[in-house]
Amino acid sequence: MPVGPFGLDPLVWLPIRLLIAVGLALFLILNGALLQIYLERKIQAAMQDRIGPYHVGPFGLLQTFADAIKLIAKEDVRARLTDPYFFIAAPALVFTPMLASWAVLPFAHDVVGADLNIGLLYLTTLGSMTVLGIVIAGWASNNKYAIVGGLRSAGQLISYEVPQILALVSVVLVVGSLSMVDITRSQAGPLVNVLVLPFSFALYFISALAETNRTPFDLPEAESELVAGWLTEYSGMRWGTMLALSEYGEVTVVCSIMTTLWFGGWQGPGVDVAPLLGVLWFTLKVYAFVLIFMWIRATLPRMRIDQLMSFCWKGLIPLALLNILLVAVLLMAFPDTRIPVAIASWALLLGFVAGVPYVQRRRLATLRARARAGQVPAHAAKAG
Amino acid sequence: MPDYSLSYFYVLTFFVVGAVFVTVLLTIARLVAPKKITPEKLRTYESGEEPIGQAWARYPTHFYVFALLFVVFDVEVIFLFPWAVLFRALGGPGLVEMAVFIAILAVGLYYAWKKDALNWY
Repeated sequence: MPVGPFGLDPLVWLPIRLLIAVGLALFLILNGALLQIYLERKIQAAMQDRIGPYHVGPFGLLQTFADAIKLIAKEDVRARLTDPYFFIAAPALVFTPMLASWAVLPFAHDVVGADLNIGLLYLTTLGSMTVLGIVIAGWASNNKYAIVGGLRSAGQLISYEVPQILALVSVVLVVGSLSMVDITRSQAGPLVNVLVLPFSFALYFISALAETNRTPFDLPEAESELVAGWLTEYSGMRWGTMLALSEYGEVTVVCSIMTTLWFGGWQGPGVDVAPLLGVLWFTLKVYAFVLIFMWIRATLPRMRIDQLMSFCWKGLIPLALLNILLVAVLLMAFPDTRIPVAIASWALLLGFVAGVPYVQRRRLATLRARARAGQVPAHAAKAG
Repeated sequence: MPDYSLSYFYVLTFFVVGAVFVTVLLTIARLVAPKKITPEKLRTYESGEEPIGQAWARYPTHFYVFALLFVVFDVEVIFLFPWAVLFRALGGPGLVEMAVFIAILAVGLYYAWKKDALNWY
């Protein structure tokens, strides 16, 4: 009879392991949200030459704890015109898929909830379920700001999902597996995927910013025009679950996907000797991305909705399709080496970085010339 | 050992725990939080104005156009994933077939572009 870890019977060990996995995921989400809110406030403050939270606890460390307790003790207002069932169900609909995506994140060797053989497909599926919760929340609020915010959010999230998933396909082409553990294992050496496929990484990074509603793509919550977007009618802990827990949890999930697919996940010096060291490497890499997200938030202004949509459909999606074809053809032509793929991907990335400002400048010049000649652009005339 | 069914049992547990966690959290909040209802509080928020009518009204059709495009491309991705996993096994014929498939979609995207479906007013 096989014996599980710690000399336990496998039948006893399995439910214990399951409980540990779920408990750990919840614990990490709660702590991650507390930590990331604190970090976000402190880092934004530092970038804007302020101090940030500093009253509660040493260096303001307990500020988010105080906020969380305040949120629980706050009155939960539900306006008269809202749809009762969907309004109450929406926080769970946003939170549950986010928690479920933690089941397949590989923290270290054997430290993973469930190593699904379709892990990546599972993650993309859950990623698109968040849209559902957001649209339902916006619609159920029966508030004009919320409904516009919810619909905009739907438009943005479903649009950016396409380049996001197309970027993942090129990694699957190179690795040949959808399992998160296999993808990490394939990057054992210093040759992590980002060196081979930098362009897919750039596509994924941009779409991930849009998918998690972070600046410069935080239009669904554009305060200056839509109050709080789809969250307008929410208050108290319902708001806390949706915004604080789910949004920061989602950011962590997206950053973990980037870490696993392009930066070798738990791989790092010393993991062969002590496998648990992988947790440290994984966490460090994930938080590096979280910090980059915060840096971007403090740096870039918000995009306009029409720019956002045309950037996705006219820029990212054709480029993602081209990227997939190019990677596939080069992998087929040179089955033994990844160098041609890497060269092509770096060339695409350089072309993208140089090309976007160039195209933008040319478009602006045309528009200005037309405006000077007294002509109205075609779409503006139609919009009337 | 039926390993994969076990993995899906894990996933199911995560879903159940997520729903239960939110329910428990909101129940605690409901027990702890005060409840003082006034008609003003229950009115839909509209920056302090009296709300006129409901928000459940007609909305522009370009949401619909984008949703339609999204469905087309999302289904495409479902076909791309299995091909990408079995890329080496399928070999040249698989690559050609997928290239034709992607080309058809690219033509569709070009058509939508020229038909002005990708502009957001």
